Amino acid sequence: MTVVDGPVLALRGVSKSYGAARALVDVDLQVHAHEVVAVIGDNGAGKSTLVGALTGALVPDEGEVLVDGSPVTLSDPSVARGLGIAAVFQDLALCANLDVVENLYLGHEAQRGLLLDEVTMEKHAWELLNQLAARVPSVRVPVAALSGGQRQAVAIARSLLGEPRVIVLDEPTAALGLRQTAEFLTLVERLRERGHGVLLTSHSLADVQAVADRIVVLRLGRTNGEFDAARTSYEELLAAVTGIQR
Amino acid sequence: MSESGLVATTWQKLRTGDLGVLPVAVVLVLIGLVFQVLNPHFLSADNLVNLTQQSAATGVIALGVVLTLHVGQIDLSVGAVSGLAAAVVAVGSVQLGWPLWLAVLAALAVGVLVGSIYAALHTRLAVPSFVFTLAGLLVITGLQMRVLGPTGSVNLPFEWWLVRFCQTAFLAPATSWAIVALVVAGYAAGRATDRIRRVRAELPVAPLWEVVARVVALAALLSVVVAYLGTNRGVGAVFALFVGLVALTDLLLRRTRWGRSVRAVGGDAEAARKAGVPVRRVFVSAFVACSTLAALGGVLAVGRLAAANQGSGAGDTNLTAIAAAVIGGTSLFGGRGSAWSALVGILVVQSISTGLTLLNLDQSARLVVTGLVLAVAVTIDALQRRAREA
Ligand SMILES: Nc1ncnc2c1ncn2[C@@H]1O[C@H](COP(=O)(O)OP(=O)(O)OP(=O)(O)O)[C@@H](O)[C@H]1O
Ligand SMILES: [Mg+2]
Repeated sequence: MTVVDGPVLALRGVSKSYGAARALVDVDLQVHAHEVVAVIGDNGAGKSTLVGALTGALVPDEGEVLVDGSPVTLSDPSVARGLGIAAVFQDLALCANLDVVENLYLGHEAQRGLLLDEVTMEKHAWELLNQLAARVPSVRVPVAALSGGQRQAVAIARSLLGEPRVIVLDEPTAALGLRQTAEFLTLVERLRERGHGVLLTSHSLADVQAVADRIVVLRLGRTNGEFDAARTSYEELLAAVTGIQR
Repeated sequence: MSESGLVATTWQKLRTGDLGVLPVAVVLVLIGLVFQVLNPHFLSADNLVNLTQQSAATGVIALGVVLTLHVGQIDLSVGAVSGLAAAVVAVGSVQLGWPLWLAVLAALAVGVLVGSIYAALHTRLAVPSFVFTLAGLLVITGLQMRVLGPTGSVNLPFEWWLVRFCQTAFLAPATSWAIVALVVAGYAAGRATDRIRRVRAELPVAPLWEVVARVVALAALLSVVVAYLGTNRGVGAVFALFVGLVALTDLLLRRTRWGRSVRAVGGDAEAARKAGVPVRRVFVSAFVACSTLAALGGVLAVGRLAAANQGSGAGDTNLTAIAAAVIGGTSLFGGRGSAWSALVGILVVQSISTGLTLLNLDQSARLVVTGLVLAVAVTIDALQRRAREA
């Protein structure tokens, strides 16, 4: 992995509106290698929109997305993926009619000659899921037959494929059980040690404080402060999220 | 697994549609037996050879419909496209004096063009496909009339290769058996390598007897078909072409990146896009393949009838092809099905048609029965979808 000073992935002055609803207003944000950034905010604060702008799921109305300091147009998630940015979307973006292996490798299938290499994919699928301590009955059941937490684990496992430089996760722990959440947080720390940049959104201030280096607060589409996770109290974060001054 | 456990899992798979085309194949056998009881000529080799030969052209069209259904869309104009293709072949070769191969290529090009237009309308403007293909049905039928001109009917000489290929060409017994041997050997080799690789990778494998049983079942099925049809004229060239196309499509759908994208897009296009599937290209490929197969079906129909007229590809063909795909078990809701449903589906529809004709029942009975079967198939499709979501 090349070591670059400065952020691997950044937003500069990004705005996005849905008709009259302004989901993001002039947002700046950076993600460095070796760093975990958490984005917190109430429902409708613009977290998912921010994730979309970072991962090519949507194109901002204004502002720039920068990779290694140069502006890029992420017209499509596959473009972002090609630049080393992987995503776990809030809706998980899994195809319910495909099985776990098929979903993990969707768009990036391993091939042997012209045909798919199911054996390699299936083998690797188990390894990935074990990293997350994810329990699925079989990697050959359609995703429709999995629980919410199992699906989330599959979506997270998919983002780890192909060693992305930055992993962007939208509420990755929302459906995870206690043990799976703990495993996930350890995994995030491992990813940081290995030099990945991680950006995650969450409603759980406890999870965020446990794992993040920096915490960015979004409120009504604007950044409402950036905090050093080690030196910020729960109350301060809560005040920034809700906008209530005490 | 205990016996009751096996019954329970099979029932569960049946309820959710995970048994693929197997249940419909069983229904096909039952239909055959019922008609045989009603008329002892039905299962004669002669009748079955006719049945297979009559299935090929519309079956090829149904195969295209299977592809559009897979991406969650529908093409209601396949019959019209086949009719226009038939007109292009006949008018081009007979009236304009083009070489026959050129006329055939032109007909296929028409299919590619129509599919591209549909794909553009769908991917750029997001118009629902049943609307613009219905519009296409009208436009293309109009074009077909225009191409055929005032006489409205053009005949092809019987000695032309296309006519001979579709009417009187049959595989030599040696060729048929060689193909059977190759297919079975290829299937066995594929299964064996797959099993060896899985064992090496320490992945779960199916028991050996199951692999052997599958190979034996395939060998038995193909041998019975080839031997029985061989007591009459044998396997028709045009039917062999159809089955070959189905097998190829099945391989593409199940074992290639393209096939996986097709199923993903049919299941959830937005999720597929976010996962990095080139969704637009997948839609384009499905619409183009569908219209091109429809055109090919028209070319085969013109060869089989040695004529093209205003009735080519009209009402009947269109509905039969779409009904066959659905009856064969490909879901109307996208992302589920099999290329084999085109083969099994068209054989069901054609069996009903032939069987009722043998019983001296007319067109009206045929339409009513086929319609009822289609209604049952759609109901089962909907129930299976509900069972999967529950
Ligand atoms: N597709 C859309 N069309 C219209 N408005 C939208 C759309 N997506 C989001 N919005 C609006 O944009 C704002 C930000 O939404 P976003 O999904 O980014 O919030 P969020 O912080 O992810 O919320 P949550 O915690 O509920 O996931 C909301 O006011 C929402 O109503
Ligand atoms: Mg959200």
